[in-house]
Amino acid sequence: MTAPLDAPESAQKAEPEAITEGVRNTANRSLRQIAWQRFKRDKVAMAGGVVVILLILTAILAPVLTKLFGYPPNEFHQNLIDPLTGGVLNDPNDPMSGLDKTGGISGDHLLGLEPVNGRDLFSRIVYGAQISLLVAFCATLLCVFIGTVLGIVAGYFGGWVDTVISRAMDIFLAFPLLLFAIALAGVIPDGAFGLTGNGLRVGVLIFIIGFFNWPYIGRIVRGQTLSLKEREFVEAARSLGASNTHILFRELLPNLVTPILVYSTLLIPTNIIFEASLSFLGVGINPPTPSWGGMLSNSLQYYTTSPHFVIIPGLAIFITVLAFNLLGDGLRDAFDPRSSD
Amino acid sequence: MLTYILRRLGAGVLLLAIVTMVTFVIFYVVPRLAGQTTEQLATMYVGKAPTPEAIQATIDRLNLDQPIALQFWEFIKGIFVGAEYQFGRDIVQCSAPCFGYSFQTYQEVFPEIINRLPVTLTLGLGAGVIWLVGGVTVGIISAIKKGSIFDRLSMGVALAGVSMPVFFTGLLALAFLVHAWGIFPSPGYTPITENPLAWATGMILPWLTLAFLQAAQYARQTRAGMLETMGEDYIRTARAKGLKERTVVFKHGLRPTLTPIVTIFGLDIGLVLGGAVLTEQVYSLNGIGRYAVQAIVQSDLPVILGVTLFGAFFVVICNLIVDLLYAWVDPRVRVSG
Repeated sequence: MTAPLDAPESAQKAEPEAITEGVRNTANRSLRQIAWQRFKRDKVAMAGGVVVILLILTAILAPVLTKLFGYPPNEFHQNLIDPLTGGVLNDPNDPMSGLDKTGGISGDHLLGLEPVNGRDLFSRIVYGAQISLLVAFCATLLCVFIGTVLGIVAGYFGGWVDTVISRAMDIFLAFPLLLFAIALAGVIPDGAFGLTGNGLRVGVLIFIIGFFNWPYIGRIVRGQTLSLKEREFVEAARSLGASNTHILFRELLPNLVTPILVYSTLLIPTNIIFEASLSFLGVGINPPTPSWGGMLSNSLQYYTTSPHFVIIPGLAIFITVLAFNLLGDGLRDAFDPRSSD
Repeated sequence: MLTYILRRLGAGVLLLAIVTMVTFVIFYVVPRLAGQTTEQLATMYVGKAPTPEAIQATIDRLNLDQPIALQFWEFIKGIFVGAEYQFGRDIVQCSAPCFGYSFQTYQEVFPEIINRLPVTLTLGLGAGVIWLVGGVTVGIISAIKKGSIFDRLSMGVALAGVSMPVFFTGLLALAFLVHAWGIFPSPGYTPITENPLAWATGMILPWLTLAFLQAAQYARQTRAGMLETMGEDYIRTARAKGLKERTVVFKHGLRPTLTPIVTIFGLDIGLVLGGAVLTEQVYSLNGIGRYAVQAIVQSDLPVILGVTLFGAFFVVICNLIVDLLYAWVDPRVRVSG
């Protein structure tokens, strides 16, 4: 065995310890360490990651944030509203002062006011983040659970099991999701499964989104399982008499964690848009609980007088979805063994 | 070739059967799982403030008190043979294909869907042409000039595009392009037979809005596919034997990139034609999707059922058409058929 050309001086002596020492700095890194190094260099993805963390903190700290910088999300401030148009007045003491072009953005109301009711938009956006992220995260978890179990089973067992599951995935991807979701939301009554009101709504949303979007994860897991199951460590486990359950969940699953993580990061933004769409159509979260999609649905009536009521909830969705997309794209590139260095 | 077509037809029929079954489960079984009694379920079909007699009549008409298997049979029979509903002494015929009957408005659902079909078709096909041509063109140029300003700019816009829900883009367009700056006329549908100019100007914003989101996805996908293809050995061979770059790109590079795009296009156009729910809602276009959304507000369940079923059928049929087009586009299908 010859020493590599550019090996350090000490390695030339061909002493075993010296060689491994030289190699340790470069090649002895795990895939995760390499990926992390690559990810750190990807400024755009890092920015996405930071925004995602900030958003999660915002959602968790919503009660504190609104107490510090806003008003209760359902408190009306109709004294600031022009009763004729529903827009926000320039001067609350003068009903003839015209409409504020910014929608009442001030130190008092950081993101302005909602038309007609005059509720504080900052608080409603912050609480909207709670619902949006909660639904998207839980729905993604459900997707990951169903997708992983079915994908790994299909890939590992093959044969008719694979045929049935793969066809099911094709069929799910071909369904008009939005129509089915509207239908489901329409047939489920106000009280069911021991839940009522928005608790039930959130549950139904999570179920609908999770149930319809799992094939995205399922396909990835199936493909990865197909290539992993031919590897030596699986052979070895099988020849040692390991059961199928052991191979599936102890040998294969740990190797699937990375792709699952990457693709669930990319599924979260899809699910956020899905939730917002359903709330926009009026089959999501019930008012007065704030939701971004619900706000945009209301703004359809007031965009002429209050354009800020379009921009602010819309930007909230846009920034959140973009941040998750950037983070997910960055993670995928970082973990992709085909990408250079 | 013939076996391929027959096999795809068989798969299409199977998919139709499954879609019908899932729709049935959503409308007849899920409410029961959610704890609805027969009376409550019937109430959802009659609509607001029904009398006990109306509820009982609906139970009889839809066989809600019969075993599930029989309900399913009647449901299928309704679609293919039609159904009859009794109102006191009158018998109302819902002729095949019977996609349901609204007990609120006393109208068959299917003709109502057909009435709204031109709006959805105009929206979907118009937008489809724009996003397919636009997205693929941008994707190809980006891939050929990888790393250029055009590539970075268009991929940035595309990423923003896939991160924007269509109703936000639509609302922005309404608030600024239409209302504040007056660049575009108010969107709305005029039949093309009435006034072709008004038809086009009224639909231009809905087309662009819907196409923007989709074009962004297509551009990203085309670029990724194209980059992968251009790295293949046979591209190097094609270049090495001295073919013009244009021939290499368009004859050798583009074809394998386009095959998956065609599949996705078939799916997407099917989904849009089954009701571009969000775009129709934001621009108040009276298409199929908005029909379903309005039915929710009025809790008119048979209408939602009809639209869901119709939308699912449309997706299946579009898939089938794409599969058949495949036989024509992709020579491998013809040979292995």
